[in-house]
Amino acid sequence: MTIKYKTIKDIKIMLSQKEISNAEVIQEVYKLIKENNHLNAFVTLNEDNSIKKAEALDNKPSNLPLAGIPIAQKDLFCTKGLRTTCGSKILDNFVPPYSATVIKNLENAGCISVGKTNMDEFAMGSSNETSNFGNVQNPWGENLVPGGSSGGSAAAVAAGIVPAASGTDTGGSIRQPASLCGITGLKPTYGRISRWGMIAFASSLDQAGPMARTAEDCALLLNEMCSHDEKDTTSLNEDIPNFEENLNSPLKGKKIGIVKDIDLSSLDDDVVKIYEDSLKEFVSLGANLVDISLPNLSLSVPTYYVVAPAECSSNLSRFDGVKFGHRSNNPKNLEELYVQTRSEGFGDEVKRRILIGSYVLSAGYYDAYYKKAQQVRRLIKNDFDSAFSDIDVIMTPTTRGTAFEIGSKGSDPIQMYLEDLFTISANLAGLPAMSIPNGNLDNKPTGIQIIGNFLDESSILNFGHMFQKSTNWHMYTPEGAKQ
Amino acid sequence: MSWETVIGLEIHAQLSTKSKLFSGGSTKFGAEPNTHVDLIDMGLPGVLPVANKEAFYKAIRFGLATGANINQTSSFDRKNYFYPDLPKGYQITQMTKPIVEKGSIKITVDNSEKIINITRAHLEEDAGKSIHDLFEGETGVDLNRAGTPLLEIVSEPEISNAKEAVAYFKAIRQLVTFLDICDGNMAQGSMRCDVNVSIKKSDDKELGTRAELKNINSFKFIEKAINYEIERQIKVIESGESVVQETRLYDSEKNETRSMRSKEEANDYRYFPCPDLLPVVISNKELQEIKNNLPELPEEKEHRYVKEINLEESEAKIISSSKTMANMFEEASTKTDDAKLVAKWLVGDVSALLNKDNIDIDESNLTSENFGILIERISDSTISGKIAKSVLEEVWKSGSNVDKIIETKGLIQIQDESVLEEIAKKVVESNPSQVTAYKGGKDKLFGFFVGQVMKETQGKANPQTVNDILKNILD
Repeated sequence: MTIKYKTIKDIKIMLSQKEISNAEVIQEVYKLIKENNHLNAFVTLNEDNSIKKAEALDNKPSNLPLAGIPIAQKDLFCTKGLRTTCGSKILDNFVPPYSATVIKNLENAGCISVGKTNMDEFAMGSSNETSNFGNVQNPWGENLVPGGSSGGSAAAVAAGIVPAASGTDTGGSIRQPASLCGITGLKPTYGRISRWGMIAFASSLDQAGPMARTAEDCALLLNEMCSHDEKDTTSLNEDIPNFEENLNSPLKGKKIGIVKDIDLSSLDDDVVKIYEDSLKEFVSLGANLVDISLPNLSLSVPTYYVVAPAECSSNLSRFDGVKFGHRSNNPKNLEELYVQTRSEGFGDEVKRRILIGSYVLSAGYYDAYYKKAQQVRRLIKNDFDSAFSDIDVIMTPTTRGTAFEIGSKGSDPIQMYLEDLFTISANLAGLPAMSIPNGNLDNKPTGIQIIGNFLDESSILNFGHMFQKSTNWHMYTPEGAKQ
Repeated sequence: MSWETVIGLEIHAQLSTKSKLFSGGSTKFGAEPNTHVDLIDMGLPGVLPVANKEAFYKAIRFGLATGANINQTSSFDRKNYFYPDLPKGYQITQMTKPIVEKGSIKITVDNSEKIINITRAHLEEDAGKSIHDLFEGETGVDLNRAGTPLLEIVSEPEISNAKEAVAYFKAIRQLVTFLDICDGNMAQGSMRCDVNVSIKKSDDKELGTRAELKNINSFKFIEKAINYEIERQIKVIESGESVVQETRLYDSEKNETRSMRSKEEANDYRYFPCPDLLPVVISNKELQEIKNNLPELPEEKEHRYVKEINLEESEAKIISSSKTMANMFEEASTKTDDAKLVAKWLVGDVSALLNKDNIDIDESNLTSENFGILIERISDSTISGKIAKSVLEEVWKSGSNVDKIIETKGLIQIQDESVLEEIAKKVVESNPSQVTAYKGGKDKLFGFFVGQVMKETQGKANPQTVNDILKNILD
């Protein structure tokens, strides 16, 4: 009996039929982590606690919906008593005195947090190369990036180490690595999951979400992750549906919006063919394709790269060496304390974005950049609002291509920023979106993105699940197709 | 050449909420350093602010009392700068949409009244404190104050001199204490102010370049700092140079202002809307409720005292000028029917004692109940006014119960006229030469006889009764 490559649902059955004990599940997770040490997917492990928790479950079985399910937590969520680095040197000694709401929700549902996963520093990156703890290797190839910023979480699930991981998505940080690693990752509606305890990158865009092997598992996780939280005023006070209920709803007559403003000609022909094959699959399942227009979509990337750095430049001011985290040795005065601490503690990409953000917010430039970007953001949101009046979901490729080689985009930040071309707009509009595996090119997975209307995670999970019932791309592993 | 001064004040009033503006941390003053600090106040990674509605309600009271516009939807912005006592590296404040705009307040200087307009009053969080003198070569940071709600009240530049500035600050302080939104305690820093001062020639239309005087926390220093700064600016301009826009610190020991930083060195605060906080909406119902519960304000009190209780205007003004005096008056008046006598004593003897000790009435031993009983005992002739003075002094010292003092010291006024007649006769008999002189036309000697009777009774006789009796015997 092994849990490698198993889904949450599989493991639940194995546990309930006593084919495996809770302790055995967790012990195997740590065995797999060690076997996959070369992936560098984990920054900090929670081994003793996790094994104790599993043993306690064996002694006293629990009815909790996710009892004993091992989960890897992105190292951006504060975990009480467990080091939380956000992939940065500036927090390499930070042990939070409290846990994020989403961590509590998952643990209260029975999940066991086995460790903290590697990530781009402060979630700024699309390849996991900006981490202070080294890059993560994509399980699909030793020179390949896993995507980012939730690269460690994606790699851990793709390598079959854990059935589930948490991620966060500010411009594509769940969906892009999910696509590059061949797993399913969902960014919910902004405000569905509390941001309390999530270390902020860009507060108006950040959203936590599940990463797993299937849409169905994402539904199970999402059921537990969502909550209205009084500690987060941007958390939505809306009914949370049971996300499993709508999974099997027939797609017959449902409408998929295809964005005619997206120019696919810059993409590889093979990538486009895989995408079009997937759309044909949806049509064969009864869905209709409808052309829609999102005229301001092309402005998404520049808008994002004003709004996100602006917010991050302010959010990251608290890392000043005064209260927690890294502090420079022997500064001569206050200014040196700040300058040295922050120069030593932050990596280049973080510094680049703090500089961009400080610039666009500075007196005399605010109106031309930040204010303008907020206006464009409103236009993009309006585009989606009018498109959704007539359709159920929108589909695009998740990324422009498959996993690229480590170091191949290092010198050109713009190339890296374009990685999020298709994903960013959902963050700007606050909409839910998911990436599911839809093909394989040269033994590298591809993904298709399903964007839903405001609060309509149920529809994207439904489309994803129905696709996964009729295809087996999500069953592919780096070791070949799984039966 | 004559110079005109233009002054604007930014007053920071700490709102007396139990918890902080964005956290559940306590706002209590004087605790051990860093004991009233929760995760949010510390600015730990991942924490989020939640706005305290109570602070909004208090700000709205101020807005309503100054006839201002209340923005029922107001929002928060971030003001970014680095300082060790600013845990997040930014202050959350209301830059673009403050809760209160366009109010006004009346001030009185040398018996003439003037309206000062209030541009805006907005909510923001206080910083912590940096402590430079406690650790050798190091600076300590105390975050107890961090996150305490402040109402920043910004006046129009309509104040013309130091006296008006002080009168304005006093009027604002009086108002916020009456509204029960700030304790007004300047020594503890509950109210502080920054003063913008510029000068211009009388016929100039444009305002001069201003200097901002930082963080002044007493009436006396406001006046001195402004007067010093006016002199300084006049000297600068008259010597052919120009005033630079800068922030200056007032040194109360040397009585001078010193440059802290010039405009060139000033921070670019990079204001932008705080993405962690949604705009705060105040419903019509909430607003109405605050309106309904607005307390009586000083001016209204003054009118009522004159109209309904028949107090002298001067008495009404003094009593209504501070909340503690007004409370003392109103509460003591419930213990006696003679509210006018309460006022007379409050403005007279009690105020004299307060001035002597230089304290506020709520810091004294006098309770409103004890004071009311004292007045009632004068009113019902249990004791004379003269005895009452000594009782008041005793209460002032010990805080003992008025009735107990009267009883244990045997101070009850002699009511029995036959007893007084007896004493009066004795006095007349034992002073025959004075009787002769009086009868011979020395009317002034009547007072001598009254005095002798009072002496015999140790002041416990009612002077009017003694007068009547003596007149009967002598005339």
